[in-house]
Amino acid sequence: MPNPAPAPDPIARLQLRKITKRYPGCLANDGIDLTIAPGEIHALLGENGAGKSTLMKIIYGVTHADSGEVIWQGQRVSLRNPAQARGLGIGMVFQHFSLFETLSVAQNIALAMGAAAGTPKQLEPKIREVSRRYGMALEPERLVHSLSIGERQRVEIIRCLMQDIRLLILDEPTSVLTPQEADDLFVTLRRLAAEGCSILFISHKLGEVRALCHGATVLRGGRVAGHCVPAECSDQQLARLMVGEAAELIADYPKVIGGEAFLDVRGLSWHNPDPFGCSLSDIDLEVRCGEIVGIAGVAGNGQDELLALLSGEERLPREASATIRFAREPVAHLRPDARRQLGLAFVPAERLGHGAVPELSLADNALLTAFQQGLVSNGLIQRGKVEALAEEIIRRFGVKTPDSQTPARSLSGGNLQKFILGREILQQPALLVAAHPTWGVDVGAAATIHRALIALRDAGAAILVISEDLDELFQISDRLGALCGGRLSALSATVDTRLSDVGGWMAGQFAAPQSLATR
Amino acid sequence: MLLSLEPRGQQSRLMLWCSPLLAAALTLGCGSLLFIALGHDPLLTLHTLLIAPVSDLYGVSELLVKALPILLCALGLAVAYQARIWNIGAEGQLLLGALAGSALAVNIIGMQSRWALVLILLTGTLAGAAWAGLTAWLRTRFNANEILTSIMLNYIALNLLLYCVHGPLKDPEGFNFPQSAMFGDASRLPLLMEDGRVHAGVYFALLALVAVWVLLQKSFVGFQIKVLGLDKRAAGFVGFREKRLIWLALLISGGLAGLAGVCEVSGPIGQLVPQVSPGYGYAAITVAFLGRLNPVGILFSSLLMALLYIGGESAQMSLNLPQAITQLFQGMMLFFLLASDVLILYRPRLNLRWTRRAQATAVHAGAL
Amino acid sequence: MDIDLLSNIFYAMVRCGTPLLLVALGELICEKSGVLNLGQEGMMLFGAVIGFIVAFNTGNLWLGVLLAMFAGMLLSSLFALVALLFNANQVATGLALTIFGVGLSTFVGAAWVGKPLAGFEPMAIPYLSEIPLIGRMLFAQDLLVYLSFALFALVAWVILKSRVGLIIQAVGENPDAASAMGLPVLAVRTLAVLFGGAMAGLAGAYLSLAYTPMWAENMSAGRGWIALALVVFASWRVWRLLLGAYLFGLASILHLVAQGLGLAIPSSLLAMLPYVATIVVLVLLSRDALRTRLYAPVSLGQPWQAGH
Repeated sequence: MPNPAPAPDPIARLQLRKITKRYPGCLANDGIDLTIAPGEIHALLGENGAGKSTLMKIIYGVTHADSGEVIWQGQRVSLRNPAQARGLGIGMVFQHFSLFETLSVAQNIALAMGAAAGTPKQLEPKIREVSRRYGMALEPERLVHSLSIGERQRVEIIRCLMQDIRLLILDEPTSVLTPQEADDLFVTLRRLAAEGCSILFISHKLGEVRALCHGATVLRGGRVAGHCVPAECSDQQLARLMVGEAAELIADYPKVIGGEAFLDVRGLSWHNPDPFGCSLSDIDLEVRCGEIVGIAGVAGNGQDELLALLSGEERLPREASATIRFAREPVAHLRPDARRQLGLAFVPAERLGHGAVPELSLADNALLTAFQQGLVSNGLIQRGKVEALAEEIIRRFGVKTPDSQTPARSLSGGNLQKFILGREILQQPALLVAAHPTWGVDVGAAATIHRALIALRDAGAAILVISEDLDELFQISDRLGALCGGRLSALSATVDTRLSDVGGWMAGQFAAPQSLATR
Repeated sequence: MLLSLEPRGQQSRLMLWCSPLLAAALTLGCGSLLFIALGHDPLLTLHTLLIAPVSDLYGVSELLVKALPILLCALGLAVAYQARIWNIGAEGQLLLGALAGSALAVNIIGMQSRWALVLILLTGTLAGAAWAGLTAWLRTRFNANEILTSIMLNYIALNLLLYCVHGPLKDPEGFNFPQSAMFGDASRLPLLMEDGRVHAGVYFALLALVAVWVLLQKSFVGFQIKVLGLDKRAAGFVGFREKRLIWLALLISGGLAGLAGVCEVSGPIGQLVPQVSPGYGYAAITVAFLGRLNPVGILFSSLLMALLYIGGESAQMSLNLPQAITQLFQGMMLFFLLASDVLILYRPRLNLRWTRRAQATAVHAGAL
Repeated sequence: MDIDLLSNIFYAMVRCGTPLLLVALGELICEKSGVLNLGQEGMMLFGAVIGFIVAFNTGNLWLGVLLAMFAGMLLSSLFALVALLFNANQVATGLALTIFGVGLSTFVGAAWVGKPLAGFEPMAIPYLSEIPLIGRMLFAQDLLVYLSFALFALVAWVILKSRVGLIIQAVGENPDAASAMGLPVLAVRTLAVLFGGAMAGLAGAYLSLAYTPMWAENMSAGRGWIALALVVFASWRVWRLLLGAYLFGLASILHLVAQGLGLAIPSSLLAMLPYVATIVVLVLLSRDALRTRLYAPVSLGQPWQAGH
């Protein structure tokens, strides 16, 4: 599709011309052109780090472009802040919701809409009306912390719809929804578009974009890689635009059947004292040596709790210690370091602030989990050995960093994730638990990580991967299951499983697994 | 904004070392302005405050005597603060050490053997550790905020001291003054110099300096403490025992403060009096921050702080300045340090008019 | 114990609890916006000394009160500069503020120690002040105490009913979301800190101009810290703050009660009571991590930067 003519196109709802934005150390947006027509659902495609978030922040007035113009309905505008953007009719639903959990739906919306809109009480009738009209049921008095993620997203959308909205921006909206919830969202979006509202749909999921969007702009490395009509493009064409020529997007890893069970979880139930958290009920899980088990599920359904119980950050009393076993050894009461001695390695969801300490050097971060590998003697740290380990990790896993003394927070997401994974793999674990291993990681690093996991599997380790990325799970897992509301579905071999099955499990449509013998 | 702060992206090593110096310079500058406002010659006052006290050997010995309790307390605080355990109770732990040591000392005045001193020092150290242990217990068992509990314990310790010095430990032959009997000779810390009050406590200080350095820089326990302070979640993730580390940090902290207290009463003072500590425990907080929680930095900072104390006393006598000038300078220095520290992570930028106009032109040019 | 004694105890309880209430109200707003300001003691003392000096030299008590509030705001503005704008560690900055404020107040007030001053006198409201048991307590106090009642009502209304209160709560819970929504996080927090400073200054003025009309070094005796514990005790809820302030006031005057009952307990030991009570209260309240999770402002004490 040819780029628009130099004069501002009066028909377009939003037009961006040569938008450029630089941050210290990187050029986030480089001369971006974008056009959205009224009533169009337009996709902004690109991998993590391509510049989508920055561009979107510029459109919404959160940050300002260094150069370039924003043209709204034929007029050049300078968007100074979100309030002004909202005044023009631009609404935005962020990937990480900007909601206040201890306040009610109505209070949240009242805050977002400004003093002139009225008190929470005054807004309630309109909230009910809007939510009914677009098929998103919501009670205004409910406190946000009691809502599910899908319901919270509805609050965000309704918040935008309460104002006279002409352009709705959605940032990766389906990353937190089950496939069915995503379908419901698409129905709402199509209805909105039919009424004349434009929609900017930011995503990296090709299937959705093709199903929903009229047009697409693809970003790569901060620049526009191309414009297209998704319905007329194949996955390969879109993928090539997103990641360039040297793309091995859908790698095909052979599926295997594991050997002896290493991780054995039977009837794990756990009550979460945190009122905002999820409790687990009756989880049965078995991970065998030499296989990868993937667990799908939208955030907030028990993943964090299950991970904490597996890592040892949460422990069960001694009497229940056999609920979780490593190679028949009861571990549920053991601390993380004791479990590591039995062969556990762990890659947590948050790289910085959980898996690695941001202010410490890579060498110190290597020491963080590997201290039982002969790095400490007589209570003193063997600096030489620690450095050697860190350098080996950096070398073997292609971590781009000046040296091992660099603080962890200076690394890009992908590089840090490679380091953390490498650190765990070099400890030759019998069981590796990885949470969202390629979240927020660029394609190259993600491929490296997947290859490393497969290699570890082939070396005989048992691997458990918990992720929200269904594509990833289908790619690397040998068996699949899903968490919903603190319950785990039965596991099933990936080759025998369809996307719709997993979607159903994520929505809770599974019978409680019978007994271990039937699996 | 005219002056804005631009993130550097990573720490500036230069500023890491320069900012304490900058803070000291700003304090002196501000102080000079204050002196001028009060009608004193700033250079003369600064001289009285900072140079005159150490212009002779006796002055230097007094400096060391004064610096000792501050150094010991600050070393202990450094360990606690590395773990982000905000122990504000060094003052109370110091007083308890002095109190416990004195309680033993007045009962063994007649004892001749050198063991008297050893027992007294041990008692004081353990008492300080136990007082900090209270804070540790309240924190680990009940999740009670250690800042508030340790401060409350300061006030309780002070009142305990006052009660004892007016009551159970009062010297029966002391003319009803609130003070204890003088300790026996064997219970006193031996002097190291002929004319000067420098005493054997200096050895403890040096020992503590080395021990804390090894602990924090070389030992795995020190690493665990650092991780706990930087990232509690990561510490839990790898199985570092948070409660144990909290206890350890507070016991060390309290023990060193208690040692400082008992050294004061069995060293320069020789008896228990209400004014055992002119706020050493609080001064140690500033010293710990000024020294960047690093034993060597703390050594220098405690000497500086001791200088301020002595200078303040002499400024009061010769220039009629209120003695609180010491505390005032302490507070100013800590404030300026925290303010200067912003330069470690941020670069100041002047947004002058012509720059702004140039930027606006660029945007226009881009639009055409 | 007869009615008169009880009435006097309640009266003293309110008087003693008033400075705590004032400081705690200020710190409550401050903490609800996500800022932990440990410098209460310093701001209080500075307010006390400035208030005293001004009142002593001009003979105008209310001018003293006003300038005491400014003094508190001045010190808290330093805190706002370093902790909010420069993003320094809030705990360390608060401590610095305390050390500085205490030192500054001692320094400035050196020449006024022990000087006499005719402070605020109780103004009894006719008829109402004669109600048995609670009449003296509520209606026979001095003007600053009545002011504290009014301020409590104001703060309660702001937090519970007004949009401003909603904004403060939002900023304290999730500054990123608030900022994305266009709320001026830094401005809200700065104003909250300044309000806290003004209240601390006012509390100090109460001490030196009404409670014990005089200036003495460290005359707040840790009340600033107790007020901080009070906010925790109240689970950041404003009605419990009122209750807590007066309960602490009660604990502080127990030595009077003991004297009244003829018990001979050494004054030093009795003086420990408010501090012990604070510890007990902290223990009882903090044990329940759940409650803290539900009510404590989520971003309390954490540094925050726009565009982060």
